[in-house]
Amino acid sequence: MNGVYDLGGMDGFGSVEVEANEPVFHQAWEALGYALGGIGPFNIDEVRHAIERIEPRLYLAASYYERIIIGVATLFVEKGVITLAELEARAGGRFALARAVLRGAGRLPTPQTQPFTIGERVLVKDEHPPGHIRAPRYVRGRRGIVVHVTPAFSYPDSAAHGLAVQAEPTCHVRFDARELWGDGAEPNSSVVVDLWQSYLTRAQGG
Amino acid sequence: MDDSRHAKPAASAEARARALESALQQKGVVPDGMLDAFHHVATEKWHPRNGARVVARAWTDPEFRARLLKDGTAACAELGYSGLQGEYIVVLEDTPSVHHVIVCTQCSCTAWPVLGLPPDWYKSFEYRARVVRESRTVLREMGLEVPAEVEIRVYDTTAETRYLVLPLRPEGTANWSEEQLAAILTREAMIGVARVQVSGTQSGAAP
Repeated sequence: MNGVYDLGGMDGFGSVEVEANEPVFHQAWEALGYALGGIGPFNIDEVRHAIERIEPRLYLAASYYERIIIGVATLFVEKGVITLAELEARAGGRFALARAVLRGAGRLPTPQTQPFTIGERVLVKDEHPPGHIRAPRYVRGRRGIVVHVTPAFSYPDSAAHGLAVQAEPTCHVRFDARELWGDGAEPNSSVVVDLWQSYLTRAQGG
Repeated sequence: MDDSRHAKPAASAEARARALESALQQKGVVPDGMLDAFHHVATEKWHPRNGARVVARAWTDPEFRARLLKDGTAACAELGYSGLQGEYIVVLEDTPSVHHVIVCTQCSCTAWPVLGLPPDWYKSFEYRARVVRESRTVLREMGLEVPAEVEIRVYDTTAETRYLVLPLRPEGTANWSEEQLAAILTREAMIGVARVQVSGTQSGAAP
């Protein structure tokens, strides 16, 4: 899904503020999302997608650990472990969960006849599936060069939707900044994005 | 899902987190001691001092450095750093002509065993949105001026690889021990948004 979580390249945000001597958790409850997410009947891709499904205005207004709590709570409710009514009774107020999975979400990897290799020019498919996808929008339809190939990892577009888990290598693909941002790109810079091979095709021509 | 339709006020984030915790405890699905154990690991075991030891070792031991660049996961595990969110670590070696920076634009993935859980600035929308598009500007705003002739290479952690930057060893540290070197390494330097400072000065000059 093309969600608000996919922030790379968005304009309008201000400067990055670094807090000196920042504690790992500012409040004790912040540790609960990751801890409880680890014991749920769901995988990390489902957790990521549940967070992505948070209504955009709530996503942008919530803190990082609040989003983890919302995503994990959504999955515990969807899996039938607990109910929303129980949560709201215990919380003493409204508990907004993430929105439902979009219709048609979830897909299988694209079989590759020949794996990609380092140095190869590739094109990121310009596709917009309704489910979980880890190719950020800012590289879709862009060309880059493979600089590293990893071992096989679970294909998230399937795993996030309960489809049979299939693993395939990812490629670290290097994009020149001008390929991504046009003539206004900052000079002498590039971005490397880690992409499952199903997101890629071989680039034609030079 | 339009919030304005709901008369019931939203519970605070803390109240919702505690509600989730107590609901799951009541179902008996939370193992005894799990929450304390997680908190301990997250605050004490996953820590940037681990990454600092890895980098300091690489600066002082050429054979370790070679192993680290070839297989970051195995080399970090040699020093005892492995596990959750450290299953596949790739080390990015800075050179006089290339400076590396790590980001996760879609969530906030980090190599937990060597960098710890990510700090707020790394998780901020400002950093996630901007550093892939205007890295030189963002770094300058954060106090790091990268010379124009040095390429900035931003790594977006969009899959299961977790990264650690191996910064340039600062001048004036030739006789330093591994422990002394580890002490000047910060999480920010190992993400690529700060230079390694030798004496707390901005110049990076030898002490």
